[in-house]
Amino acid sequence: MTPIRRLLIANRGEIARRITRSARSAGAVVIAVYAPSDAEAPHVKEADLSIALMGSTAADTYLDIGQILAAARETGADAVHPGYGFLSERAEFASAVLAAGLIWVGPPPKAIAAMGDKLSAKRLMSTAGVPVLPTLEIGTSDEFYALPPDMRMPVIVKASAGGGGKGMRVVTASEELPEAIMGAQREARAYFGDPTVFVEPYIADARHVEIQILADDHGNVVHCFERDCSIQRRHQKVIEEAPSPTLDDKQRRAMGAAAIAAAVVTDYRGAGTVEFVVDPSGEFWFLEVNTRLQVEHPVTEAVTGIDLVREQLQIAAGLPISFAQDDLAIEGHAIEARLYAEDPEAGFLPATGTLLEWTPPTDPNVRWDSGVETGSVVGVEWDPMLAKVIAHAPTRTEAALRLALALSRLRVRGVVTNREFLVSALGHPQFLSGQATTDFVRSTSVALARVPSHKEIVTAVGVAALVGQSMRVSAMPVLASLPGRWHTGALPASSTTFAVGGQIITVYYERQRDDSFALTITGGLVDDPLSEPVSSTARLHTYGSGSVHLEIDGKRTVAHVACQDSKWWVQTEQGDLVLEELPRFPEPEVPDIVGGLRAPLSGITVQVAVDLGTVVQPGELLMVIEAMKMEHRVLAPYLGTVTELLAVTGDHVAGGDLLVVLEAEV
Amino acid sequence: MSAAPVLDTAVDAQSPISVANRMAMLDLLAEHDALVAAAAAGGGPAAAERLRSRGRLPVRERVSLLLDRDTPWLELSPIAGNQTDFAIGAGVVLGIGVISGTECVVVANDPTVLGGALTAVSIRKVERALQVARENRLPYVQLVESAGGDLRRMGAGEGAAAELRRSLDHFAESGRIFHDITELSARGIPTISVVFGSSTAGGAYQPGMSDYNIFVRGQAKVFLGGPPLVKMATGEDSDDESLGGAEMHASVSGLADYLADDEHEAIRMARDVVDHLHWRKSGPGPTELANPPVHDPEDLLGLFQLDLRAPVEVREVIARVVDGSRFEEFKPGYGTTIVCGWASVHGFPVGVLANNGVLFSDAAQKGAQFIQLCNQVDTPLLFLQNITGFMVGRDYERGGIIKHGSQMINALSNSTVPHVTVILGASYGAGNYGMSGRAFDTRFVFLWPTAKIAIMGPKQLAGVMSLVRRGQAERRGIKVDEEAEAAQNEAVEEFAEAMSLAVYATGRGADDGIIDPRDTRHVVGMALSACHNAPVKGAEGFGVFRL
Repeated sequence: MTPIRRLLIANRGEIARRITRSARSAGAVVIAVYAPSDAEAPHVKEADLSIALMGSTAADTYLDIGQILAAARETGADAVHPGYGFLSERAEFASAVLAAGLIWVGPPPKAIAAMGDKLSAKRLMSTAGVPVLPTLEIGTSDEFYALPPDMRMPVIVKASAGGGGKGMRVVTASEELPEAIMGAQREARAYFGDPTVFVEPYIADARHVEIQILADDHGNVVHCFERDCSIQRRHQKVIEEAPSPTLDDKQRRAMGAAAIAAAVVTDYRGAGTVEFVVDPSGEFWFLEVNTRLQVEHPVTEAVTGIDLVREQLQIAAGLPISFAQDDLAIEGHAIEARLYAEDPEAGFLPATGTLLEWTPPTDPNVRWDSGVETGSVVGVEWDPMLAKVIAHAPTRTEAALRLALALSRLRVRGVVTNREFLVSALGHPQFLSGQATTDFVRSTSVALARVPSHKEIVTAVGVAALVGQSMRVSAMPVLASLPGRWHTGALPASSTTFAVGGQIITVYYERQRDDSFALTITGGLVDDPLSEPVSSTARLHTYGSGSVHLEIDGKRTVAHVACQDSKWWVQTEQGDLVLEELPRFPEPEVPDIVGGLRAPLSGITVQVAVDLGTVVQPGELLMVIEAMKMEHRVLAPYLGTVTELLAVTGDHVAGGDLLVVLEAEV
Repeated sequence: MSAAPVLDTAVDAQSPISVANRMAMLDLLAEHDALVAAAAAGGGPAAAERLRSRGRLPVRERVSLLLDRDTPWLELSPIAGNQTDFAIGAGVVLGIGVISGTECVVVANDPTVLGGALTAVSIRKVERALQVARENRLPYVQLVESAGGDLRRMGAGEGAAAELRRSLDHFAESGRIFHDITELSARGIPTISVVFGSSTAGGAYQPGMSDYNIFVRGQAKVFLGGPPLVKMATGEDSDDESLGGAEMHASVSGLADYLADDEHEAIRMARDVVDHLHWRKSGPGPTELANPPVHDPEDLLGLFQLDLRAPVEVREVIARVVDGSRFEEFKPGYGTTIVCGWASVHGFPVGVLANNGVLFSDAAQKGAQFIQLCNQVDTPLLFLQNITGFMVGRDYERGGIIKHGSQMINALSNSTVPHVTVILGASYGAGNYGMSGRAFDTRFVFLWPTAKIAIMGPKQLAGVMSLVRRGQAERRGIKVDEEAEAAQNEAVEEFAEAMSLAVYATGRGADDGIIDPRDTRHVVGMALSACHNAPVKGAEGFGVFRL
């Protein structure tokens, strides 16, 4: 046994922080590495030591085996944990770590290599009696494809070296197969440098169920039950849970046994995940083995009470797994949602920006694994996942509601997120019934964004207007102890105008003698209820750090408010609203004469080259203005007819004076 | 923070008399609110709508945009012109407000009232604006849109001749406002004009004498003589824009320093100009904790009876005006009809002089001493008036009441710290003088709706006149017609009463306006803060005290 005293984490973001927690509990000094854009990242701040990686792209930094090993040498690390992604499933990295005399926190390089190729993995699994789908292997030069007798349409073409949905194609008719195969080959070559593809039956309405396994040097192999990952978007999982809502104990035992068999046949060590595809009848087949810690591992930790990273470190140190299969039981239900910086309404495209605020709620039994903090810059270079949020509860419904509530109560500002999508998915009847499948987003009408109610908008603009006034009042450089806009005589009510989702809304407010405010809210679209002014009496209670209660006609709304420049965020139990405060002094609108050409500067007109009615080509000379002994030529910007001439030769003109009106030819 | 004792209270706001007083006060306030609303309505909603339809703003919206958002605004004399032949409010908005963090005097013409033409009352308001700027060193901002002098003849139907005989105004005495604008500049007080419309003939000197001029394109019209006058004088044909348009002045004559494309931009430019002044207040403070009084200012509504018959414990007023109701009283056992002591209002230290009855010799001497003490340490004075006058009668005359009253008037006349006066109730005769009335270089004078200001009480005045009439009749041996005498007596009293009321005084611009008693602390606080833009310095010498 070799205890790990100094652990280098070859990763970033939330997983680096998560590994840090367990490593520190195990008494290991934590060494971080970081790309230049991560210099201020939380995973670096939390480490005991950190080493800068030179370069900017992932390939130059977190994927650069040489730099990472050099960092380990320099810091005296005795072990390396790869996290997930990046180098975690590169057999050559594992080999290099071991060759450098360090402990590799992961499976043996041979197991990684064997599982990295889907075709060879399937072959190996069938020898161990693990159920696999029939396969049509495709060479690189095959031109005719005959489906084996046990395979019927529809089928799916997959890249053998693939993952993440790349090089994957579903085919429903035989005549489409050749083209699909060629397309998949092209993609496979482009993404993985290996054009090998294969065909297997496509299981409609399938669920992906994965079994967490652990194996140690002492011959112990255990499984930690399953995780179910039914909600995806863009072929990536966003909501995962444990246990599966559809598996019964018998299936669970059968799949657990298959997973253990898979681990044994590959001589596995450490933590891994065996993925199965399950059809609606409950029949299951091997898909692949992920030879790393999964993103969604916390749901397993929640329901089993074990710390998978601790087990990884123990196994890597040569110690046995700290429990036996029979010690494990499933306790309650856990659901994890992945919060991404992305815009669901724009096809879930990644979003960027600076997190002006990142404050997760402190609800009990909700775990936040995040790689960001207030002030973090979310760029395009790394994965746009902001956090994983895990709720654990006695029942699945409670877990879903608890998770949705926690997400709603998160304060995240400055970056567009998929929060509203996650909240609506978690509350969707199909998800709550446990029937959601991989095409949940496409097949249901789950909301991608929230449409705020008028009442909510009225409350939000009221809150922003009154918080704005109270901020200004407390910042007054003179007369600081007088109430806001206290006055004698008569003045119009104060007002603030906001743009909210295409609507322009004005809040008029007047402080009353009892420190309440008379509010009148007007605006909105023509056929909008807000077009009728809403009048009420409001009172603002502030509780520091952006927390306010707005009492409107006796009804209190709890809100959290933040503002930066002209942007306001108002978060209530109904969700977060972004308001844009319009400037008090809008830029003047100078009505320009259509087609009018003006003098570029003050001078004397020395030549008028056109007459009324002249048709001019673009670039043709219209007039010459002389100023300070320099000639300035006024040229036609487009094809048109001179309809007005406002200067004659010898005229003094001032800069900005109208000279010629040129009506564009259509 | 001052450790002065906190005043106690004996007010029972629920007592029948308090409730009755409060109802009567609320009626007076409603009456005043209606007058303020009438003044604010200017030329009426149709005129405001016409303005708006041309992309222009009503005057109070211009003022509101000029001020920093959510900052306080102390409008002065909002209903000047009340009970006169002139428009209520006089088509001029005058006040003290905060622009770019700087307290400024703002004066603005209302173009919906006679096109902003200046009447006798509006000139009074503009002159007052200039005086406030001068005395308190406040930057001066005017929003100009004025047809010029009011050329109409007053007194139609009565005969112009009678009107002319009565009027003592003459053109030769006009134009003082132009003198005063440039005098501000010479004293280092910046002057800013924003011209929204006409500012012609004499009015052209309003921007002419200003330090900074902002003209609105297509709206500002500034010339000595308009096209008709030019035609008459020189035969030249011309138009408004070429004679005095904003673009011409910004690019040719140089009269305009800033050319704004619209009213919003002009106001924004004025705010930028004030911002670059980097104005520093010359006075200290606020230095004290500005916490609200511990006693409810609402109670102030129930303290005074409209007929001012019942005595009022003025400490109950002080307890609802000064910070934290803290009041360190001076000589509480001596000259008890005047209450003197130290306190602060919105953090500004003040010496308070407040009446608790008629002024006797000892009270006058106490006041004179207190004024000198405040001057010694540069502390401003707050006068709370409820005074029927100095005591009369043989014993008092023999005791030197004139001499002692003169000591107090000497002290306050030569006092150089700022004085702010609030007339709560009675303000009769020499009592008005001794308690720093308007004529005694008082920086600000405000009235409660219950204020009555006159040479003496209406009943006393009517009674005195009656006695004089009876004396005359007696000397001539004529028998007094008691019925006629009673009627005349009543008429005189009624007339004197009407002339003594706050709404009459404020209509004449004889003060800075009527205030809601509950606002007293804020009004005084703003006035004091304005005063502290100028150095606050006590007198180094007084007139010879007649001892």
